[in-house]
Amino acid sequence: MTRKRDERARDRAMTGVFMAATVLTIGLLVYIVVYILQKGLHVVTPAFLLESPTEMGRAGGIYPAIIGTIAVTGLAILIAAPVGVATAVFLTEYTHESAVSRLIRFGTENLAGIPSIIFGLFGFLFFVIYLDLGWSIISGALTLAAMILPTIVRTSEEAIRAVPTAYREISYALGSTRWQTVTGAVLPSAVPGIVTGIILAVGRGIGETAAVIFTAGASLGIPASIFDPVRTLPVHFYILAREGISMENAYGTAAVLIVVILLINIGAYWAMNRFAAKSNV
Amino acid sequence: MRFKEKVIEKLLLVTALSAIGVLALIIIFIFKEGSPIMVKVGIPHFILGEKWSPSKGIFGILPMIVGSIWVTVGALVVGLPLGLGCAIFLAEMAPARAGMVLKPAVELLAGIPSVVYGFIGLVVLVPFIRNVLGGPGFSVLASAIVLGIMILPTITSISFDALKAVPKAYRDGMLALGATRWQTIRMVLLPAAKPGIVAAVILGMGRAIGETMAVIMVAGNATIIPTSILAPVRTLTSNIALEMGYAAGDHRQALFATGVILFVIIAILNLLARWVAAGRVSE
Repeated sequence: MTRKRDERARDRAMTGVFMAATVLTIGLLVYIVVYILQKGLHVVTPAFLLESPTEMGRAGGIYPAIIGTIAVTGLAILIAAPVGVATAVFLTEYTHESAVSRLIRFGTENLAGIPSIIFGLFGFLFFVIYLDLGWSIISGALTLAAMILPTIVRTSEEAIRAVPTAYREISYALGSTRWQTVTGAVLPSAVPGIVTGIILAVGRGIGETAAVIFTAGASLGIPASIFDPVRTLPVHFYILAREGISMENAYGTAAVLIVVILLINIGAYWAMNRFAAKSNV
Repeated sequence: MRFKEKVIEKLLLVTALSAIGVLALIIIFIFKEGSPIMVKVGIPHFILGEKWSPSKGIFGILPMIVGSIWVTVGALVVGLPLGLGCAIFLAEMAPARAGMVLKPAVELLAGIPSVVYGFIGLVVLVPFIRNVLGGPGFSVLASAIVLGIMILPTITSISFDALKAVPKAYRDGMLALGATRWQTIRMVLLPAAKPGIVAAVILGMGRAIGETMAVIMVAGNATIIPTSILAPVRTLTSNIALEMGYAAGDHRQALFATGVILFVIIAILNLLARWVAAGRVSE
């Protein structure tokens, strides 16, 4: 009897411990977001978003960094999305478990495990120097594309696998070829899932620092072409904070980054839930 | 028609091989650039050398290897109990709806850029450690806490999924035997979810050891082997990022060689992860 009571007491104690861990985990993460927003949001005015920085970022706004971020991340997605979706289509629709599919999977899985600083080193050696693209939007975008490719492959593959087999069977029964089946029956139903993956990749790309600082550069000018160097928001934030140029503007930049990334990730969840709701019908 | 289909299939195959192609390029370029200096210095001297003094041509990265290990283990000490505790609570104890809302909330926070974690560490944690515990504040402890918080979403999310994947019959069986919830968790759920939890730990470790910007801002970056958790520390990743901007010649090659060592450590971790994941499938 006492043993049973001991166990009950222990059960209550452990529930308390785990609840405390949960409160602490969520509390810490929320604290970080709230802290940055509280210190930074008041800095964010239309002028802050639309003006160029002066005195290395001590005063003025973050407009060039916004343009730089959009250019690098946007171009990275334009490169990585088609490659990633094509890889997923090949893995799901064109091959069964084979030496080739294992090799492709080996590539994507290991690429996913490589730290961003290694991508930065590689991008610097290969795109900036070897291909002589210099510090530029295109060098940064290609490096970032390689980094986010595994995310897009994995989410697209899941989305395509979730398309019911019946869709394919009906398409083939109507005399479609494999490619017609992919474009006419499979991909349209997988679009929401694929889009979710792409949105998540955008979020990851926007926040990346180590991979772009050595490839896109840190220039504060407004780029005229994709061969010009730029400075992205996280790089700008890093330089402001680490070199102690302006804590005020660092908080403002961080607040912009956090708001944008949280909105993007919430958008991804929304898209995913819609996708889930739709596929239940 | 037939011909077009063939062409499309080949195009897709070639595109699908780009991931493995990029991986191969990364390995070739990093190793090609990094190995000459290792050969010149001698691999044992490079890995076990305790002095890093690029201006004098002395390249020993032992302090950075030890530093990376310290902060990664520290990150796990901070992140694992919290993240796993959170996962257990959300998966097994909290009302189902709370779990469904809070788990995505935690995952959402995985999107906070690493520089932001580092910055919070710099403005909140470093002064706190300096004032309360002494030392410069920039320390192993600060790095471990920042990285530990950074890996919380990874550990929580994957452990949660591993716990949820345990068949409901296991829980029902234990409860029918009169076991408490904690007994069920301890004796049945945790052992059953172990491969998934181990995978979460390895992924978290990979994220911690590969993290650069967050660590640079709070670690102090001294190139000496830390003797206490309050001492400053430099990791392999920060060694690269700190000096890449101005390094040339042998010095730059030595930074790429640092990348080679980091790459090898990560590859070993990935192999471990694969091995654990394979264990899960065979069970």
